[in-house]
Amino acid sequence: MTAGRGKEVVKVAAGQGFWGDWLEAPRRQVEGGEIDYLMLDYLAEVTMSILQKQKERDPKLGYARDFVGAVESILPAIATRGVRVIANAGGVNPPACADAIRSVAERGGVRGQVRVGVVTGDDLLPRLDELLAGGHELRNMDTGEALTTVRDRVLSANAYIGSVPIVDALDRGASVVITGRSTDTALTMAPIRYEFGWAANDWNKLAAGIVAGHIIECGAQCSGGNCLFDWRNIPDLADVGYPIVEARPDGTFDITKHAKTGGRISVQSVTEQLVYEMGDPRSYITPDVIADFTSIQLAPAGPDRVRVYGIQGRPATDKLKVSIAYRAGFKAVGTLVYAWPDALDKARKADEVLRARLDRLGLRFEQLLTEFVGASATHGPLAGTAHDVPEVQLRVGVRSPDRPAVERFTRELAPLVLNGPPTVTGFAGGRPKVEEIVAYWPALIDRSVVHTKVEVA
Amino acid sequence: MRVQLVDIAHARSGDKGDTANVGLIALKPEWYPLLEKYVTRERVRTHFRGVITGDVERYELPNLKALNFLLHGALDGGGTLSLKTDAQGKVFSTALLRMMLDVPDAEAKRYGLAEARA
Repeated sequence: MTAGRGKEVVKVAAGQGFWGDWLEAPRRQVEGGEIDYLMLDYLAEVTMSILQKQKERDPKLGYARDFVGAVESILPAIATRGVRVIANAGGVNPPACADAIRSVAERGGVRGQVRVGVVTGDDLLPRLDELLAGGHELRNMDTGEALTTVRDRVLSANAYIGSVPIVDALDRGASVVITGRSTDTALTMAPIRYEFGWAANDWNKLAAGIVAGHIIECGAQCSGGNCLFDWRNIPDLADVGYPIVEARPDGTFDITKHAKTGGRISVQSVTEQLVYEMGDPRSYITPDVIADFTSIQLAPAGPDRVRVYGIQGRPATDKLKVSIAYRAGFKAVGTLVYAWPDALDKARKADEVLRARLDRLGLRFEQLLTEFVGASATHGPLAGTAHDVPEVQLRVGVRSPDRPAVERFTRELAPLVLNGPPTVTGFAGGRPKVEEIVAYWPALIDRSVVHTKVEVA
Repeated sequence: MRVQLVDIAHARSGDKGDTANVGLIALKPEWYPLLEKYVTRERVRTHFRGVITGDVERYELPNLKALNFLLHGALDGGGTLSLKTDAQGKVFSTALLRMMLDVPDAEAKRYGLAEARA
C-alpha cells in the first residue's frame, strides 16, 4: 500500500446495524451533513443461511434486498456528492446484488456515475468437499466435532474476509462496494485504511480501524439506542442519530453523530457498545489484525463526541473463521396468557397438563422448555418469588429432529383454553408455526486456501 | 452495608454461540476497584447457579472501568437452536446487576455508596 490520499479526516457513517434495521437511517446519514463513506452492515451469524434458502428458490436472490431500497434513497448523494457506500449486503450472492444496484442506478439516470465493486471468494460451499478431502476438517470451534457429522445438512459455508479486497475495490474506483461475508468491522476499517494508506503491518492503526468498526457496526447501539446508562434522559430517541467515525491519519478517531439528531454519544454509551459481544478483550481476532481492547482509551471531546485513542494491535493469525449453516431439526414455540388471580399457579398447572399429554402421546423432544413470561422468563430464579401478578404468559417451546412430533405439539396448546386451568386468553395468533432450524457452526480454515476476487463495473 | 450492583454499575450483554457475555461498567470511574474486588468469578458463578449450565470466565478492562464475564452454557444451545425468549443473551446484563454485595460500612462510606433499596 502506498501513501495516503491527502485527507486530514475521513468520515465513515453507519447506516444499518443488521438486516431489519431502521429503513430511514441510511438516507438520514447522507442528508444530515457531510460524510465520505456510508457503511451498511446487514449480516448476522444466521443471516447467510436465510439468504442461502432464498437463493435455492431463486438464483437471482440471496442478498439483503433492503440494500437496494437504501441505495435508491441516496442515489443523488452517491452520484453527485461522491459519497461512497460499503456494504456486506451481497450475502451469498454478491453479483446478483450488484446487478440490482446497477439497475437502480440505470433507472435513476446515474449509471455513468455509479461504479459497483463486487467482492467474492468468501463462499466455500461449492468447494466444501474438495476442502474436506484436502484435510481441512472444519471442526466446530465450540464443540470440537468434525464437519463430516453434519456435512449432508450443510446449507452455507462462508469465510470471514477482511479489509484487503474492499480497499482494492475502492482503489479501482468503486462508488458502491458490495461484499459477502466480510467481517462487520472491515467495512469501516477498509475505507479509513484506503484513505490514509496504512500498511498491512501497521498493526496499531489497523486495530484502531477495527475498534472504530466495532463501535459503529451495530448502528445506534453506541449513540443512545439500547443504552442502559441514564436511559430515561437520553434525548429524542424517535429521531436518534446514527454514529459517525471521524478518523485521523495517526490512528486516533472520534465517534460523533450529525447535529440536530436525537440520542446521545458519551463515554458511557460507547463503552456499552465496546463490551458488546466481547470475548477475551486482549485478543479481538480479525482477518487483518488482532486488536487489544484493554488498550482503548476514551475521552469526552465535546457534545455527542468521544475521542478514542491509544489502541494497540498485533499480527493476525494464519486462519480465517468460517461461518457454516446446517439444518438442525425443527422447533415450535407457543404461548397462552393466564389472568389474575393466581396467574402463575394456573400457568404452572397448564404446563403440567400439557407435559402429561405430550408424554402420553409418546412424543420425544430433544428439548422442551417452559418459561413463565412476567415471572421468570428472562432472569430465571434470580427474579425471586413472583407476587400475585396481573397476568403470566406461559411460553412452551420444543425442539426435535422429528418434524411430526413438533407438528403434534402445536396442536396440544389450544385445547388447554377449554380443557385446562381457567382464565386463559391470548391465543389469537393461532397454532404455533413449525420452523426448520438452521444452526450455526463456527470453524477455522487456513487463510491460504481462501482467494478473494474483486470486480468493478 | 448491602449494596446492589445496579446502583454502582451499568452493563450490556450479548451472545457468541451458547455463551452469553456481560460487560459490567462502573457507573463512576472511582467505583471500578469495587467491581474488581467484589464481583469475582466465584461470586458470579454462584449468582448464576441454576441459570447457566457451564463455567464463568472474567476479564478485566481497567482502561474502560469494566469487567467482561463469559457465561458458558447460558443460552439453551444458542442462536437458532435456542427455545429461550432471550436466545441472544440480551438481558443477562440486568440479571447480573441484581447481585447484592456486602461492603464494610467504612468502605461503603468512603466510596459514597447507597444502601440497597430492597
